[in-house]
Amino acid sequence: MTRISVKVDGTTYEDEVEPRLLLVHYLRDRLGLTGTPVGCDTSNCGACTVDLDGESVKSCSVLAVQADGSEVTTVQGLARDGEWHPLQSAFHERHALQCGYCTPGMIMAARDLLRENPDPTADDVRQALEGNLCRCTGYQNIVRAVLAASGQEVTT
Amino acid sequence: MTDQVTEREVGRSRARKEDARLVTGQTNWTDNISVNGLLHLAILRSPMAHARIDRVDVAPARERPGVVAAFSGRDLAEGLGSLPCAWPVTEDIVLPDHPPIAVDEVRYAGDPVAVVVARDRYAAADALEAVEVDYTPLPPVLDLEAALAEDAPLVHADKGTNRCYVWPLATGEDYASVRQRADVVLKRRYVQQRLIPNAMEPRAVVVTPLAASGEYTVYSATQIPHILRIMLSMVTGVPEHKLRVIAPDVGGGFGSKLQVYGEEALALAVAQRLGRPVKWTESRSEGYLATHHGRGMIQDIEIAATDEGKLLGLKVDLLADMGAYLMLVTPGIPILGAFMYPAIYKMDAYDFTCTGVFTTRTPTDAYRGAGRPEATYAIERIMDELAVELGLDPIELRRRNWIRHEEFPYTAVAGLTYDSGNYEAATDKALALFGYDALRSEQQKRNEHGDVVRLGIGVSTYTEMCGLAPSRVLRDLRYGAGGWEAASIRMLPTGKVEVVTGTSPHGQGHVTCWSQIASDVLGVPFEDVEVLHGDTKAAPQGMDTYGSRSLVVGGTAVHHAAQKVVEKARKVAAHLLEASEHDLEFTHGVFSVKGSPEARKTIQEIAFETFSSHDLPDGMEPTINAEHLVDPENFSYPHGTHLCAVEVDTETGRTTIRSYVCVDDVGRVINPMIVEGQVHGGVAQGIAQALYEEAVYDDEGNLVSGTMADYLVPSAADLPEFVTGRTETPATSNPLGAKGVGEAGTIASTPAVVNAIVDALRPLGVTEVAMPCTPQRVWEAIEQARSGKDGSA
Repeated sequence: MTRISVKVDGTTYEDEVEPRLLLVHYLRDRLGLTGTPVGCDTSNCGACTVDLDGESVKSCSVLAVQADGSEVTTVQGLARDGEWHPLQSAFHERHALQCGYCTPGMIMAARDLLRENPDPTADDVRQALEGNLCRCTGYQNIVRAVLAASGQEVTT
Repeated sequence: MTDQVTEREVGRSRARKEDARLVTGQTNWTDNISVNGLLHLAILRSPMAHARIDRVDVAPARERPGVVAAFSGRDLAEGLGSLPCAWPVTEDIVLPDHPPIAVDEVRYAGDPVAVVVARDRYAAADALEAVEVDYTPLPPVLDLEAALAEDAPLVHADKGTNRCYVWPLATGEDYASVRQRADVVLKRRYVQQRLIPNAMEPRAVVVTPLAASGEYTVYSATQIPHILRIMLSMVTGVPEHKLRVIAPDVGGGFGSKLQVYGEEALALAVAQRLGRPVKWTESRSEGYLATHHGRGMIQDIEIAATDEGKLLGLKVDLLADMGAYLMLVTPGIPILGAFMYPAIYKMDAYDFTCTGVFTTRTPTDAYRGAGRPEATYAIERIMDELAVELGLDPIELRRRNWIRHEEFPYTAVAGLTYDSGNYEAATDKALALFGYDALRSEQQKRNEHGDVVRLGIGVSTYTEMCGLAPSRVLRDLRYGAGGWEAASIRMLPTGKVEVVTGTSPHGQGHVTCWSQIASDVLGVPFEDVEVLHGDTKAAPQGMDTYGSRSLVVGGTAVHHAAQKVVEKARKVAAHLLEASEHDLEFTHGVFSVKGSPEARKTIQEIAFETFSSHDLPDGMEPTINAEHLVDPENFSYPHGTHLCAVEVDTETGRTTIRSYVCVDDVGRVINPMIVEGQVHGGVAQGIAQALYEEAVYDDEGNLVSGTMADYLVPSAADLPEFVTGRTETPATSNPLGAKGVGEAGTIASTPAVVNAIVDALRPLGVTEVAMPCTPQRVWEAIEQARSGKDGSA
């Protein structure tokens, strides 16, 4: 067991963990932060994407011990004072989710994109979200939502 | 108490009520559920496609840290029945025993052989390695045609054959005589590759027992909590009234969660034995083996026509891969397609036969479209081939044969009566959006120049049967249950409304759409309506969600239940306003007396008056709540025209979709934004079959495409923008005029894409590319055509 200290969505947690424990399982099973789901076992789907010290990572590909001393933001930590993040609002308004299982990862990956490229083209969005799979939407409304959240005019 | 509602809800693009918890992560996926004392199941699966089990020793696993119990198949066999097949399509169908966990023999790679129960998921997974199993390999059965040979090795030796059933349908005139009149007869073979449904949420099940009273709550990532409850009761012997099944938030299904799975029965059986709550969650790779697959058919199709392009008859011979066992509706999937091969076309004769074949592969069952995409693919592909043969534009050939708008209702050759449709309008709109003529002339120029990157145009004019299903038709098809749906409406004392539905959404937006329907009929604000679903305690009656049925059948039930509420409320209103019922008007939620508009009561006020019951009409039951069950009178028949333009690089074989236009007619639309989303997702899955996806097995029966890294679920970067349009020809079989939209895109799009690829390459001599049309397959097809061989890959 290894002792770690991780700040997740603004709260600092100290825990003893097995070195092999995946960050996503730490979040879900130890902290009860089940807003971040698991969609695959090969790091293809991106459903578990979170922000680790300012970069989006697939939390199934990070060990909890690697997050020691780090700051993690999940989809559950995005709203501020009850106000949704612009991406959360845009996903809702643009019908960018159906079952919603991929949505936390999509939003976290899109947030990373918009930090690096605040004014992306539709193609930029498609390329940036390549590592996040959605089976419901065909992606079109996700692309629209991300463009809308970036402040661009989006024709429906 | 309420703002008066004046704008109609139906037809508005309402953002979804469902979204709030989904975009904030406050979800209730089955794997999120945790209770005190929860144990985790892990399942050891056969690494071989076919083998005799000589020995299973779980004792070493029991010694591993954190392990609470471990069971072999034999340990659990007693008390567990066979998993159900609810659709024995013929009287003499071969129905093999299907234990939830293998006892003597494994029949596909992934068949369960042992269960370990531990305190956490890591410990359970670790302990699987300690289970000892000795197998004697048996020959795999993989090729559908070879499996039917006299001396073929058998999947189920006790049955003496791999032929599961033969299901014939011959309608209209005698096909053989019609064929003799034909000027042109074309025959083609198409292969529907196996697909893995890939709902983003892996399957999971949690069982919490109340051992003292023998009660069990089963949470499952399922599309069918109601059917599952009945079936689990039959499989495990837990009485139905002691079982509660809950489908919490469910992350997609596409048919893969329209199932009664062995793991659901195993989790219940283990919880029963241990008296402890248990959870099982599949890993994605495990799911690739253990969650049913879709498609998997060989289609021999023959079409007979005159040289003017009038269709005379159609003959279809299917070989359908059942996989190793018959699951809930496995044998019926190709039969759902049987009625759709003649599609939108008029013809005199139809001759269909499906042969179901057992193989040593993961069982097949419903996957988005379920039989209908396969049928549409075959007919729409061969229509393009016939157009080439006759020198006609593919659209023109279709126009010459489709049912004209003025001919509806029309009983098609396969026996279904299509109630409504307007193929002309949908096609004209699609052609205009697509710029068909301009693309054709560009194509011609590029062909003349011998461009390296060729342009191809593909057409698909589809219809489908939705709204499963009239119960009497299901009886005639030997399906084991009915096709009705239930809704009830509870008017709460404060005027709020609870709609209880028997449908079980997993992404479709029923909460939003049912709210819109109820809001309009009751005249209450959209926000005042809540929709309860997916819990056999909260919503005790239902037939669940699949087959594009939910709106057409379940939404209709909501509509009727709401009307009943209004009629009951009318009696109370008349009494309170001291007027006759006939003198009351009901508009936007308000009952008023004709001629004296100041005498009024809102339906929400009446809900309170009924709750207090202080002043109800004499003898009236003190409730305005109502329930309604609907058995649909007919299927519904969405249709549309999809057009795809592809650029195919003849040097690399790479296909790029340049434009995709679809005009769908799904009848009246409750929420246009949701309908558009359904079309996008459906089209994406159909394109995925055409270009990317295939469950690949090796010669030993191992699933080679066994992880998400090996099976190409397309990403945003792999798919184009879709241009969507609609025409609206209402269904006449339900008061909403709705037809269903869940599967339309998937049914339509696959042939549109492949027709476009073949169209691009036809000048090079290519006449067929097998799906998925990967760069390698396209390139090989071009090379084979160049070297003068048959153009198929």
